Amino acid sequence: MRPLIARRDTPPLTARRGPVAPPPAPPPVAEPVHRDPAPSIWSYRVQRLWLTPLFRRVLRVGVPSFALVFGTGLYFSDEGHRTAILDGLQEIRREIEARPEFRVNVLGIDGASDRLTAEIRGALALDLPVSSFDLDLEALRQRVEALPAVARADLRIQSGGYLAVRVTERVPALIWQTREGIVLIDREGHFVDALGDRQLEAPLPMVAGEGADRVVDEALALHAAAAPLGDRLRGFVRMGERRWDVVLTDDRRILLPERGAVQALDRALALQDATDILGRDVLRLDLRNPDRLTVQLTPAAIEELRRLRALERDTLTGGTSG
Amino acid sequence: MNILYQSQRAMRAKRQDALRRGVIAVLDIGTHKISCLVLKFDQTDAAAPAEGIGAMAGQANFRVVGAATTRSRGVRFGEIDSCQETERAIRTAVQAAQKMAQVRVDHVIVALAGARPRSYGLDGEVTLTTGTVTDHDVGRVLAACDLPDLGQGREVLHAQPVNFSLDHRTGLSDPRGHVGNRLMVDMHLLSIEAHAIETLLHCVKRCDLELAGLASAPYVAGTSSLVEDEQELGAACIDMGGGTTSLSIFIKKHMIFADTVRMGGDHVTADISQGLQIPMGHAERIKCRFGGVMATGMDDREIIELTGETGDWHHDRRTATRAELIGVMRPRVEEILEEVRARLDAAGFEHLPSQRIVLTGGASQIPGLDGLASRILGNQVRLGRPLRVQGLPQSTCGPAFSACVGLALFAAYPQDEWWDFETPADRLPQRSLKRAVKWFRDNW
Repeated sequence: MRPLIARRDTPPLTARRGPVAPPPAPPPVAEPVHRDPAPSIWSYRVQRLWLTPLFRRVLRVGVPSFALVFGTGLYFSDEGHRTAILDGLQEIRREIEARPEFRVNVLGIDGASDRLTAEIRGALALDLPVSSFDLDLEALRQRVEALPAVARADLRIQSGGYLAVRVTERVPALIWQTREGIVLIDREGHFVDALGDRQLEAPLPMVAGEGADRVVDEALALHAAAAPLGDRLRGFVRMGERRWDVVLTDDRRILLPERGAVQALDRALALQDATDILGRDVLRLDLRNPDRLTVQLTPAAIEELRRLRALERDTLTGGTSG
Repeated sequence: MNILYQSQRAMRAKRQDALRRGVIAVLDIGTHKISCLVLKFDQTDAAAPAEGIGAMAGQANFRVVGAATTRSRGVRFGEIDSCQETERAIRTAVQAAQKMAQVRVDHVIVALAGARPRSYGLDGEVTLTTGTVTDHDVGRVLAACDLPDLGQGREVLHAQPVNFSLDHRTGLSDPRGHVGNRLMVDMHLLSIEAHAIETLLHCVKRCDLELAGLASAPYVAGTSSLVEDEQELGAACIDMGGGTTSLSIFIKKHMIFADTVRMGGDHVTADISQGLQIPMGHAERIKCRFGGVMATGMDDREIIELTGETGDWHHDRRTATRAELIGVMRPRVEEILEEVRARLDAAGFEHLPSQRIVLTGGASQIPGLDGLASRILGNQVRLGRPLRVQGLPQSTCGPAFSACVGLALFAAYPQDEWWDFETPADRLPQRSLKRAVKWFRDNW
């Protein structure tokens, strides 16, 4: 409601005694200086700096990469952080490795006899089930191939957690008599087994002498060539790592030359066919010199020969004298 | 003389540096607006045949990558009046142009409209020692020109060899290789007030820029708005700016005269503001929207509302007809043109073989100006627009930007000036050792 009587704001126009205070000066009204917008000197400079290519590159690439590297370095300089992160990574790795998809449950061995299978199992010494990440197939293969009876092994992890070991066994080709014992060797001269540990399916040729395992091929060829000797053949002896002797029953020998041993043996066999030379009192049949066949007789035969020769001489002298 | 050589050569060196970097800014400091163009130079095209002689002719082809215009502050009559305000305006323009170009510019070439330019025609004469004109002779004949008394506090802005004559032959643009006895040169020298240059340098330096060149606005406006045969046959370019109307006369592709009338479009605006009692901004708007110089009967019926914010109802709701507006504008425009006529007469423009006049600049956009100008200046008047340069935005293609575009052309195709030639050794004895070393290095 407006009052009906007008209020008087201004002081009455009555004269006053005393010094009249001047009315308070109105506060100076700041005249708004209208200026056109312009960038301040600093914004101008900053913008120019930002448009500088080198500065831009440093700020965009250099500083973040430095911060990243520095921060990472700072974080990893603490031993605790490092081990924590490594442990975490190991844990994750272990979890993944332990998943059933990667587990090997069954070890299957193919192409080995029962005894060898057991041996391979022992050599592998796997504690199944095991994660396929923990299996070093190459090392396992070398372990299997280190077994004397194994020629080649092939390991692979198949689906369903199956570790398949495919083994090629060494086939014994010869019986080798050494000072240490009697062993079986295969075609390449590798040790297969001790003779006592194994039942042989078929009789094998027997060899002796040092270095016989390096020339298994020759021994086998000689054995094939000496087939007509039949039961009389006992074996072959490597002499001086150089040439072969064929050892027959009754400790008789055929001494073969260094080269052309098989042909020499064939010649000896032909001689046997023609003259039955081995049926006589011959201790050694020496074919080492291809030009000349030499025969060592048994002592008894030599005695007999001498006796006969002496008799013959007597008869001749008696005949001429008498 | 030597100081002039040194400062101008320093600017040339900076310009060469900028061209090598490939980015340079041109800045037209006008009374009404400040516009900045950022130029990107593709490569120095040395193979292009150069017009004229000397090392600076025909340098590169360029592209405009940034353009910005801002209202000018602190500039009166084409001269810097308030340094700080101008500096702010330059910063605004340069920053906006840089932002558009996305490149930092360090070197700037500036055009000046005002500062009372004064033209001098110089001539020099020298007897050739050998029969053939060489570079050395050109430098010698230029050095033989007597520098006139410029007056207190004035500096040389342009000093361009305009014409070479050899014995009785004249009109040679490049005398090198010609055979003769006496070589003469006509040179055009333009001087302006030194304080304008000093102030400008100060402002440019405060903006962290380096001044790589300085040009006179009438000259650069002429190079951009006159077509080639006008420049060849003789023409005058009248750049009607905000605070000044500058004129330059060209013949044989050289400027032979430049002058400035210290009146322009802003004075027309001031007249409107006074005559119709409206604020300047409003007057400017009305001038641009309804302005003209030729009144017709139709204009009496076209009502312009002169709205205001004073609070006085009657004052704020006045109207004026377009005829009244034209009546305010026309006397001032006539005055400007008559003043231009007087300057042209003083320069002896009527003796030129061709007397084309090209009107350009922001104030030349007044409708009907060409009709009025042809009454005052003569029949051969046309309105000029700047040359089209590559990459120039549409908004800066108008006649108001002819000085700006001309400055870009000036940056790319600089005219050979006095200081581009080696001065003869006898003028600079202290340099003779250096010259000997240079000769040794060049030849061995």
